[in-house]
Amino acid sequence: MLAQLLRRDLAQFFPFTGSGAALPVVFFVAVAMLFPFAVGPDANLLARTGGGVVWIAALLAAILPLEKLVARDIDLGFFDQLKLRGLAEEAMMAVRLIAHWLSFGPPLVLATLPAAALLKIEGETLQILAVGLLVGTPGLAAIGLIIAALTASLRAGAALSGLLLIPLALPILIFGAGALARQDQISLGFVAAISLALVAIAPFAAGAAIRAAREN
Amino acid sequence: MQAPSPALSVHDLACRRGERLLFRRLSFALEPGAACHVTGANGAGKTTLIRALAGLMTPYAGEVRREGALGLLDERSGLDPDLPLGRALAFWFAVDAGNAPQAIMARLRLEALAEVPVRYLSTGQKKRAAFARLLGQAAQVWLLDEPLSGLDTASQGLVSELVREHCAQRGIALIASHQPLDVPGMTHLAIEDYAPSDEAEA
Repeated sequence: MLAQLLRRDLAQFFPFTGSGAALPVVFFVAVAMLFPFAVGPDANLLARTGGGVVWIAALLAAILPLEKLVARDIDLGFFDQLKLRGLAEEAMMAVRLIAHWLSFGPPLVLATLPAAALLKIEGETLQILAVGLLVGTPGLAAIGLIIAALTASLRAGAALSGLLLIPLALPILIFGAGALARQDQISLGFVAAISLALVAIAPFAAGAAIRAAREN
Repeated sequence: MQAPSPALSVHDLACRRGERLLFRRLSFALEPGAACHVTGANGAGKTTLIRALAGLMTPYAGEVRREGALGLLDERSGLDPDLPLGRALAFWFAVDAGNAPQAIMARLRLEALAEVPVRYLSTGQKKRAAFARLLGQAAQVWLLDEPLSGLDTASQGLVSELVREHCAQRGIALIASHQPLDVPGMTHLAIEDYAPSDEAEA
């Protein structure tokens, strides 16, 4: 049943197959494209600040898919039907987390290449940026899932989730962008550790949230 | 359906919605092959009862005992609105390892709609699609919340027929509906009989 569910969730969320799911990646590249227009074509300045812009773009792109991530399937009665078939909410949310990350993490890392070209980020900096996003996006996905599940039963949930994600994502942003400034690997280790902890917590937190949402 | 015989019983059940007590001291037991028609005005607690029976809502007091796989049909079909009906149903048939999806589709006259996205279906068509999902599940205990709403006369007859067949195969059906169903031997439960009396509420 889990394999069936993962296939269904991926079809829902994956760019170009699901409903408007390519949007976060397009948004991400668009921000990277706008930045040189705003600060001018100074290659040095771009290279110094570009990494931080990419991180902020990634963080904002992570907010976009949240609206449909959980609330839609609650309204559909989809989780109710899975529950009747004996599946735990935690398992549903673990599958959802994998599908959500796969549909936005790796595409974002790939989109970093054109974004980096626009921002004159090269060599080792690009490498640290790409690795940082690869280990940081699971954490962003986990925060996003928790927030989407918590706000699913609220009418203004979509607007609220953006506000909630930003402070929670700060540690990932600080260490991820910090790794670029200092060109070190240790900060990346911190990003990976934060991500791991969030990924471990997310299915339980989100599972409890949709269980609570069902009661009213 | 060779599994152990299904059962559905509640003892001294009370449910709340928000702060309001909907019903209390509700007890019944359904044997294999039994059908029960639950009636009550809007807001009397039919849907709440069904969700409590399904284990989707914690009752305020009392206990629910159920044996056998549960099938729930309510106003939410669980079908992806963006997918063509055939693919949306195929997901549930695959999850349930459903028997003979083609036969089920034909039975509910859904074959011609297989390519139509679920969101374009009419209320009645969606209801029939939800029945297809329910049949594919081959659950022993059916909980049906307003299964007849939105259906035309022919489809309403079909629903009665499906419930009769289900009960003939020792299945249990509990149906909350405003419309009458043609199922012989069906018991009747008026949920208003269990509404809290005014003086108790004060």
